[in-house]
Amino acid sequence: GAMGGSASLIPQDLLSEYQELTFLSKQEILLAYKRFSELLPKEERESACSTRVPKSQILTLPELRANPFQHRICHVFSTSETGDDSMSFEDFLDMLSVFSDSATSDIKSHYAFRIFDFDDDGTLDRKDLEQLVNCLTGQGEESRLSSAEMEQLIQNILEESDIDKDGTINISEFQHVVSRSPDFASSFKIVL
Amino acid sequence: DGSDDNEEGSAVENEETVKGTERKRATPRTRRGHARGRDRHGDEEDEDDEDGTRRTGHRRHRNRRRGRAAGNEASDSDMEPAKARKNEANQKSKEDDEEEEDEKGGKSGKGKNEKKGDKKADKKGKKEKANKKKKDKKKSGSGSDSESEEEPITEEELAKLKEEVEEKKKLIATLRNKPWKMKKKLSVLKEAQLFVEKFEGALGKGKGKKFYAYKVMMTKKWMKFQRDFENFKTACIPWEMKIKEIESHFGSSVASYFIFLRWMYGINMILFGLTFGLVMVPEALMGKPYGSLPRKTVPRAEEATAMNFATLWDFSGLAQYSVLFYGYYNNQRTIGWLKFRMPLSYFLVGVGSIGYSFMIVTRTMAKNANDDGGGDDTSFNFSWKMFTSWDYLIGNPETADNKFASITTSFKEAIVEEQESRKEENIHLTRFLRVLANFLALCTLAGSGYLIFFVVRRSQQFALEGLENYGWWERNEVNTVMSLLGMFCPTLFDVISSLENYHPRIALRWQLGRIFALFLGNLYTFIIALMDEINLKARYLLPFTLEEEKIVKYNMTIWEASLYNGTIPENSTAPPIQVDPADVPRGPCWETMVGQEFVRLTVSDMMTTYITILIGDFLRAVFVRFFNYCWCWDLEYGFPSYSEFDISGNVLGLIFNQGMIWMGSFYAPCLPAINVFRLHTSMYLQCWAVMCCNVPQERVFKASRSNNFYMAMLLFILFLSTLPAVYTIVSIPPSFDCGPFSGKTRMYEVISETLEHDFPSWFGKVFGYASNPGLILPFILLMVLSLYYLNATSKSYKEANLELKKKLQ
Repeated sequence: GAMGGSASLIPQDLLSEYQELTFLSKQEILLAYKRFSELLPKEERESACSTRVPKSQILTLPELRANPFQHRICHVFSTSETGDDSMSFEDFLDMLSVFSDSATSDIKSHYAFRIFDFDDDGTLDRKDLEQLVNCLTGQGEESRLSSAEMEQLIQNILEESDIDKDGTINISEFQHVVSRSPDFASSFKIVL
Repeated sequence: DGSDDNEEGSAVENEETVKGTERKRATPRTRRGHARGRDRHGDEEDEDDEDGTRRTGHRRHRNRRRGRAAGNEASDSDMEPAKARKNEANQKSKEDDEEEEDEKGGKSGKGKNEKKGDKKADKKGKKEKANKKKKDKKKSGSGSDSESEEEPITEEELAKLKEEVEEKKKLIATLRNKPWKMKKKLSVLKEAQLFVEKFEGALGKGKGKKFYAYKVMMTKKWMKFQRDFENFKTACIPWEMKIKEIESHFGSSVASYFIFLRWMYGINMILFGLTFGLVMVPEALMGKPYGSLPRKTVPRAEEATAMNFATLWDFSGLAQYSVLFYGYYNNQRTIGWLKFRMPLSYFLVGVGSIGYSFMIVTRTMAKNANDDGGGDDTSFNFSWKMFTSWDYLIGNPETADNKFASITTSFKEAIVEEQESRKEENIHLTRFLRVLANFLALCTLAGSGYLIFFVVRRSQQFALEGLENYGWWERNEVNTVMSLLGMFCPTLFDVISSLENYHPRIALRWQLGRIFALFLGNLYTFIIALMDEINLKARYLLPFTLEEEKIVKYNMTIWEASLYNGTIPENSTAPPIQVDPADVPRGPCWETMVGQEFVRLTVSDMMTTYITILIGDFLRAVFVRFFNYCWCWDLEYGFPSYSEFDISGNVLGLIFNQGMIWMGSFYAPCLPAINVFRLHTSMYLQCWAVMCCNVPQERVFKASRSNNFYMAMLLFILFLSTLPAVYTIVSIPPSFDCGPFSGKTRMYEVISETLEHDFPSWFGKVFGYASNPGLILPFILLMVLSLYYLNATSKSYKEANLELKKKLQ
């Protein structure tokens, strides 16, 4: 019912272009449109293609709600000029395309790097890695690693992945490490 | 000139109606100024051509002029009044041309497209690069044809243009792979598409233009069809929402079981389609109806109970004498007005099901092997834990908390393990315990095998003495015992493995291996016992030779004679007396018996699984939830707590169930149908049970490399399951009184019979030569050699891979 209505709101040629440019199928794009427009207040739903949804609304999506990297994901995929991390429909599609099942490992690892790069400086340095570990261990105090453990962990990681021994992990090193993992592509997945 | 002026005027108008930039509006005017001198020429050549070739002519035009003028290039693009554009000369400065190229580059001759293109006209980035490439190619090719205007495009130029178009097409195909924002991707896409559209038509100039255009159109249609088909296929996939819900609550490892279940369901649907459509339906529609032949009728003795529910549940009585089992089928070569070859169809469907199953399992394995990539690599332990451990499918806060906890534990454990290199203490104790554990496991396996053998033997005793004297337990002893063993032994193995103190992943491998051995042992003990039973019966009641046939036939003639009141007729001159088929004495039908056993086993297995879920999961959850208030200790944290979803146990159960189906479906065409029903209900029941009664696992570690392990097991089971069926087809004579192969000495003779009757005689000869051992042996040798060769090349590729990996580091 609603699907038919939303189909008419994306023009056909735009729909086929989105199919061409993302890894999503037609149904997935239409579903994304439906879910996206549900995040908007009723009056704005008609122009969902050109409206931006504020970050707080995006984070109510169940797929992102429990994700420790939710803020980073919004930040990386948002094209908002005001820096408020709001997302347009096309940003949303970009995000779903990268996280879809059929996306290649290359593009996934590229975006994974950007998500993990907390300070957006193009490399993963110690501070980034520390923040990453803290995200992964949850919010509770008892589940955090002690500073000695943290130090040891980061040391081990840099030993493994930092090929040019400059103390940071750049994108090629990251892609080199991650592309060898058998679990990466299957875990780096979000499906609406 | 006047006409030219009009055209130019209209050209300007067109440009002005389009939302263009200032520059665009300016250029035609400036061009017009240059164009005056060339108008006549332009007119002449262009009047004959159609729109598509006009563009080429325009280019030709330009190229020639480039030769004369100082490297001027006019815009590639055309509008509807293309003539006007052509009239505009390219006597311009290089810079102007380049600017123009940037804006108009890639625009097609259609106005609508131009509008679209205009929207993105601001983005210069990739366009400039692409255009420059284009220009360079054009420039280099320009000098060659500075002769007369009617000269066709040179091969060189054509090839270059083709190359560019191919490049653009490749760009379009890989656009989704580029990590750009959607806006940029859209603009690049549009530009590339316009370019391709524009020049694809132009490319066809000269030889085979129409054919080329046709080919292009068909390619486009084909791609659109492919995309629509992909969309359709995705829409057809069932249970997507259910699995997604499970994924978000339990993570991807539990969901992988359901995805496996769904895949099995697909295979079974196809097997069901084959057996139902090609075997059961033709016999039901076109074969002789029930009651017309002895083999199709319930014997008089059993008639009274034939319709009872108990009998039907046991798959005897009316169910036995129906299309569901082997024995019902008649051995007529063709049936019905369609001349449907029933025996041939039965044989081919049996063989075809096996072949199809092999093909699809191997194909899936190959696909998984591709995805797996490197294989076992422990050099990035910590990095992988860091970068790839979070499961983005988790959408439930509780599961997320669990995941956080497990990640933290795994970090801490890994750090500790790394710091203290192997605690060497008590290695002897560990070794001893492991040996002990293996010994216990072997004992369990042997015990379960013996128990099955014993129980099957006992059931033979019961059968000999007549089943009516015994209650429910004795009748269903074998099936129940097998199912119970399958339920309790894995738990026993679990307890044993706690002695061994292995890393969880290794412990899982041992566990899977042992359960596998258990199921395999049970299955084969069962078959051996069954075969034994058949042979015993044959030996005591009727031997499996022609003697048996003679005896029964003799009995039948005597019996017929009794109807003639005395004399045994020498020949059949007397008119055949109409005898009710229910009264005719029957020969034994071991195939139906085997089929029945398999069906009963499948049904009881299904019931056991459902009851286990209901009791083991649901009742347990209810108990823990409601009795927690009035119990001494916390039921939810201590014993028994909620159950976790046992992935490996369920997957193995699924695999072995499928093995039984493969084994039995030749003798009971109804088995795939029963299995489809079973899988369908399993899906719903287990999805409900998982969401309602289970909790996410505490140790959430990925068994993703186990994917191919399960596939390998499936392949192995498939191979083992088809051995009995193949053996019986080749070596055992079919029952003479029932089934589609009755009367033949071997089942595969149906093939030679078909070759004789339905194919021209030379075909039979050729086949005869081809099946000559002298030909088959070299062929087998060739296959073995090619296997060896492929294996060797794949090894060398792997080595080269490793070398490269090392070089990278």
